[in-house]
Amino acid sequence: MAVEIKLPTVLRAQADGQSSVMIDGATVGEVFAKLIEQYPGLRGNLLDDGGGLHKFVNVYKDDDDIRYLDGLDTKLGDGDELTILPAVAGG
Amino acid sequence: MTFADPTLRLTRQQYATIIGSCYDGLPYEACGLLLGPMIDAVASGMITGVHPCRNAAESAVVYTVDGRDYLRAARVAEARGDEIVGVWHSHTHTDAYPSATDVRQAADPGWLYVIVSLRDEAPMLRAYRIRDGGIVEIAVVLDR
Repeated sequence: MAVEIKLPTVLRAQADGQSSVMIDGATVGEVFAKLIEQYPGLRGNLLDDGGGLHKFVNVYKDDDDIRYLDGLDTKLGDGDELTILPAVAGG
Repeated sequence: MTFADPTLRLTRQQYATIIGSCYDGLPYEACGLLLGPMIDAVASGMITGVHPCRNAAESAVVYTVDGRDYLRAARVAEARGDEIVGVWHSHTHTDAYPSATDVRQAADPGWLYVIVSLRDEAPMLRAYRIRDGGIVEIAVVLDR
């Protein structure tokens, strides 16, 4: 399944400056693994030390936060769009 | 472009929207996203849109930009050929200066960080760049 992954500005430097990347994969986890293989600098931003989704990043499959779907096991279909956004917070 | 650049340029309407959102958000901290062009991954200072967002933390001392609001703003930015270039939030009782939390959690070194203090009778809006733990105040100009 060819999926478009949209990257926020803060992560583009680690992906050769690209704002979006097309990756094949059946799940979010699979797509992330391939994305990280291609751009290893993204690993620390996307995944925590245990290989789970980093708590300071939000990932949307089309309009849905994958944390409310199946997380990294969320299944993907051809043409799906993943949008990665950093958590924006402060005080 | 030096680290101290750029100048944040807001229209009077954008300024009113930002300030209004901060008062509307009381008693919680309010927040929102700034849209505009970037140059070499740094906000240019020109703002093409301001998007109030829900504070998902619902707190008077911390804010978290609601993810769905961020997604909506990101799509608007993309459709216009712009980026998310910064964030504003309010300090309900403290200075318009980045807190330690603001510095620690600054999401993007190329962004502009706007803080509105509601401590005094008149709101105070100031803007900064935050990078590698360093804070530099930038000029704010209201025009148009």
